[in-house]
Amino acid sequence: MSAISLRGVGIVFRTGGREVVAVDGVDLEVREGELVCLLGPSGCGKSTLLNAVAGFVRPTSGEVLASGRAVTAPGPDRAMVFQEYALFPWMTVADNVGFGLTLRGEPAAAVREKVDALLSKLGLLEFRERFPKDLSGGMRQRVAIARVLAIDPPMLLMDEPFGALDALTRRNLQDELLRIWAELRKTILFVTHGIEESIYLADRVVVMTYRPGTVKEIVPITLPRPRDPSSAEFNAVKRRLAELVMEEQARSETAERRATAD
Amino acid sequence: MSVIARLARSLAVPVLVLAAWEAVSRAGLVSPLVLPAPSQVALRWLAYLLPTEPYDPATGSWLRWAVSGELPHDAFTSLYRVLGGFAIGAGLALPLGLFMGARPLVYEMMNPLLQILRPIPPIAFIPLAILWFGLGNPPAFFLISLGAFFPVLMNTIAGVRNVDAIYLRAARNLGAGEWTLFRRVMVPAAMPYILTGVRVGFGVAFIVVIVAEMIAVNAGLGYRILEAREYFWSDKIIAGMITIGLAGLGIDTAMNHLNAWLLRWHRGLDT
Repeated sequence: MSAISLRGVGIVFRTGGREVVAVDGVDLEVREGELVCLLGPSGCGKSTLLNAVAGFVRPTSGEVLASGRAVTAPGPDRAMVFQEYALFPWMTVADNVGFGLTLRGEPAAAVREKVDALLSKLGLLEFRERFPKDLSGGMRQRVAIARVLAIDPPMLLMDEPFGALDALTRRNLQDELLRIWAELRKTILFVTHGIEESIYLADRVVVMTYRPGTVKEIVPITLPRPRDPSSAEFNAVKRRLAELVMEEQARSETAERRATAD
Repeated sequence: MSVIARLARSLAVPVLVLAAWEAVSRAGLVSPLVLPAPSQVALRWLAYLLPTEPYDPATGSWLRWAVSGELPHDAFTSLYRVLGGFAIGAGLALPLGLFMGARPLVYEMMNPLLQILRPIPPIAFIPLAILWFGLGNPPAFFLISLGAFFPVLMNTIAGVRNVDAIYLRAARNLGAGEWTLFRRVMVPAAMPYILTGVRVGFGVAFIVVIVAEMIAVNAGLGYRILEAREYFWSDKIIAGMITIGLAGLGIDTAMNHLNAWLLRWHRGLDT
């Protein structure tokens, strides 16, 4: 059984009397423990698709299944990491990470133990009593990752989680994520517009078309890990993906220009 | 800049004003009935502050004696009314505001009535307050609670309605139900707005208490300056006004510290 199944998923938004087909007829099966990247230019519906899996958006047609069950609402089995971190600024690092656990009614001592174990794994233990405003972007995203790992979900949904970080911090967190993934074998659906990022991380890269978002091509990445972005094989894949993505980028730019001219 | 230089800079104008005032009064340019000299006001303020009887250990503790003067009694009385009235007003406004902010239907139903009542100054309720609550503390509590009610209500509503949707998403995603969402996400996220409302509400309560005390009570800072007017004690009127200023400053400073502590997580307060 697939961890995530998308069957003929279409999502239509209505804004100001106008209908926008964000996603159209997407079929995708994500295996358990697989790391899949959704890749495409902005406006290709990749985040919308992720939100449908998370349960924030209801598909207009087709169905979304998580562990074989239809998705109807957000739930802790599909934990989301947001680009904007979405940490609760009024809670300390420790309270943020423990939030999901206390919701389950776990006793305070158990929460504390789990939180501290996670924080030390991610190198955040010394910041446990700090507020998010005191942390750098990279550290905030580590806390956000710790917060979802705390509830030990079978799947992680990541919406351009490293998009706002500088290049070095991003590479650091990508490695951290791969380490966590290798250890815990979570299913990960990862949205990005970074071609290199998708090749560095994914088992398979799903390239999406610009509006309406459909699956343009699914590219399996078979390079052994750890992957070397400067290797010839890596760059061969990168050229291939760049061609696919840039076609869609060109379509998006034409469409934007036309919309602005109207 | 050194501490002394800074102190000199901030004290220069007040000292100059006081000196000019004192000079004008001493030269006999204005009648002391109209504008008494600051030295006279200071003496009167001291007399107002200090106990009237000499200390007698037989009648009770020293502390009790030390605050037995007219001023401490008036200040406590006024503060009691402010706190009581504020507690009633804010105590009603906070839950209503949270409810109206979280439920659009409730907002739509309640808003028209509140918008009509809101512009009416609490002062305009004085005749009704006396009619409904008689004399003494009850009408004062009513008027003060009315003054505190709307600032707290409007800010609480705005605070809840402006909660960033991403926090709600994140909390739902982690498994939060409606009640948890409300208690652990909406309320704390709205806290900066709520505290602004509390601060404004306190300010209004403080204005209203002085006015409310000018009717039908026999103690309090507002009552005292009105009483002083009856006897043409201009120095005592000014002494009372200064006391009101000091009390207001004290409340505001305390509120500032409370705010800074409650919002220590808030980015905007970084210095």
